[in-house]
Amino acid sequence: MQSKMKESGPILEVENLSASTDNLPILKGVSLTVYPGEIHAIMGRNGCGKSTLSKIIAGHPSYNITNGDIKFLGENINSLEPEERSQSGIFLGFQYPIEIPGVSNLEFLRVSTNARRKFLNKEELDTFDFEELVKEKLEIVKMDHAFLSRSVNQGFSGGEKKRNEILQMALLEPKIAILDETDSGLDIDALRIVASGIKKISNAQTGIILITHYQRLLDEIEPNYVHVMSDGQIIKTGESDLALELEKKGYEWTDNFIKEN
Amino acid sequence: MVNENLVKDVVKEPYKYGFVTDIESEKIEKGLNEDIIKLISQKKEEPKFLLDFRLKAFKKWQKMKEPDWAALGYKKIDYQDIIYYSAPKQKEKISSLDEVDPKLLETFDKLGIPLTEQKKLTNVAVDAVFDSVSIATTFREELAEHGVIFCSISEAVKDHADLIEKYLGTVVPASDNYFAALNSAVFSDGSFVYIPKGVTCPMDLSSYFRINSGDSGQFERTLIIAEESSSVSYLEGCTAPMFDTNTLHAAVVELIALDDASIKYSTVQNWYAGDEEGIGGIFNFVTKRGKCLGKRSKISWSQVETGSAITWKYPSCLLLGEESVGEFYSVALTNNLQQADTGTKMIHIGPKTKSTIVSKGISAGNSKNSYRGLVKIGTKATGSRNYSQCDSMLIGDQASANTFPYIKSQQSNSEIEHEASTCRISEDQLFYLQSRGIEFEEAVSMMVSGFCRDVFNQLPMEFAAEADKLLALKLEGSVG
Repeated sequence: MQSKMKESGPILEVENLSASTDNLPILKGVSLTVYPGEIHAIMGRNGCGKSTLSKIIAGHPSYNITNGDIKFLGENINSLEPEERSQSGIFLGFQYPIEIPGVSNLEFLRVSTNARRKFLNKEELDTFDFEELVKEKLEIVKMDHAFLSRSVNQGFSGGEKKRNEILQMALLEPKIAILDETDSGLDIDALRIVASGIKKISNAQTGIILITHYQRLLDEIEPNYVHVMSDGQIIKTGESDLALELEKKGYEWTDNFIKEN
Repeated sequence: MVNENLVKDVVKEPYKYGFVTDIESEKIEKGLNEDIIKLISQKKEEPKFLLDFRLKAFKKWQKMKEPDWAALGYKKIDYQDIIYYSAPKQKEKISSLDEVDPKLLETFDKLGIPLTEQKKLTNVAVDAVFDSVSIATTFREELAEHGVIFCSISEAVKDHADLIEKYLGTVVPASDNYFAALNSAVFSDGSFVYIPKGVTCPMDLSSYFRINSGDSGQFERTLIIAEESSSVSYLEGCTAPMFDTNTLHAAVVELIALDDASIKYSTVQNWYAGDEEGIGGIFNFVTKRGKCLGKRSKISWSQVETGSAITWKYPSCLLLGEESVGEFYSVALTNNLQQADTGTKMIHIGPKTKSTIVSKGISAGNSKNSYRGLVKIGTKATGSRNYSQCDSMLIGDQASANTFPYIKSQQSNSEIEHEASTCRISEDQLFYLQSRGIEFEEAVSMMVSGFCRDVFNQLPMEFAAEADKLLALKLEGSVG
């Protein structure tokens, strides 16, 4: 699908990627290319490898790449540490954001933002300047300032956790954001806030991968491409109408593609 | 896995205080007997009452047995194979800092404790103890203007014998325990603080203990007296060179607070902990106790214990005065093969006494970390309250943590509250922080200092920052 010539090179290239955890193969040859300004949706049943793909791109230590490459801005990143990937502009929005007791959200966000700024040769922000920046970004996700003084994600509701993820994305200004089921567990209002937040943050230079089960997020953010995953492979790629068709016919419909292949 | 490789790649920062000062020392022969004790006393030109105190303690010690109830395992200590007095050779009488051997001043400079007039820390007075003797005490004249006495205990024995005779051994009697008896018999130096009635000590006081010699033990003795309505904040730091033998450190600290007085005693303990295989390191057997003698008096212990191969330490409070307050805030971190058995005793004797215990134990590597605490409410301590919180954090899957809380209440009109928790730094938490651009080591130290925040908040400002850094340093490469 991405064969047509683009003005600039791809942000992310996943080439024939296979990966396993505890010697159990999870990904079995996934290829995916994301150009600036593109929004890709990845859909598929639970356990098809969607979340694994996102974690591997972010550098999760529990998975081994057994074959294939991940390239970010043309460079192979297979052996980069998660923090190096983040600093260089890869963002993973977690399906289940992790609670970190005792660590203040504000300090966490500041250290994280400064790590990215340092990489970009931008001046690191002290607590006062960071306050200014974060205030502005809180608007995007309509979060209260009080969230900042709590421990990272601790005691946050499902929706608050997801908004905190988008806040992080807004602060880090990544080149590519992989959002793993950011829509799950959100009510309609929260979904709109999150979706509009994502749209505000992204631009013609950024790429987005939305991992989702539901059409409703894709109603808010229309993808350029929809990929269907099954058993560690992308079995079908189409445009946004593929998601609609999938919603109508269910994943059983996609089982036929595997047989066809 | 990625993290494991990273851990292997991390260049461990060596223990940066591990150097030895090359200085000629005056040491007495190895071994312990009455003659040795007489020799120590004679060298220090002590009055007779103190020699008697020592000899009595020695007799008691000989009849006592080394305690074995702590959750610690170590090779038997040969008490006859230790040198009990070691002092750097100096001029007989030193009247000013200019006469102190430059090598000694340089040593403390390197430790971040400059002593000379030009360089000394401006907001804290320091008593610097090197092996068995005190080298220098800063700001003495300035403190004296407020009536505050801050000097080595050896000097106090000569200049303030009345106070020493009145208070020494009244909080920790020589017969208290094996190590206290040993200390009482052979103690060499330490600090003495006296805050007169109504005086708020104008600056923080601190002692810095440096062990330099590999074959001599350090047996320091500290005595702090806060008269009515006075207050003082005292800090203590300790380091030692890296030797492949174990060095014994058996200290005694006694605090006395009279009516409305308050003493805050903070420790950052960073004795050499031994190497990754558990070779070398300090054996740290310490008895610290405070007596809240007066009404509404307050004694607060805060400690950050990161060093030593073995730590055996229970800073305690005897709450005698009505409405007196005892506090214990502790962070104990063990890594590699370190072992710590530490905690506190809060003995409520007077009515309406109050105590708070917050203990945070962090065990990494193959280390063993135990909290052991006693809360006792006596028959007269009506309306007393205790709150205890003991949290353990495990890093990796080889470390162990224990909590041994003992509670004894002899009357019903009191409240005792105890909370305990154990947590582990998970791979998911680390990955989350890393995936936000935070380096692996920083991620660990962020989580650890988050865990310790309640205690760090109790430390004096500059100490808190130091403690934070120290923990980060100690944990480098400990997570796999």
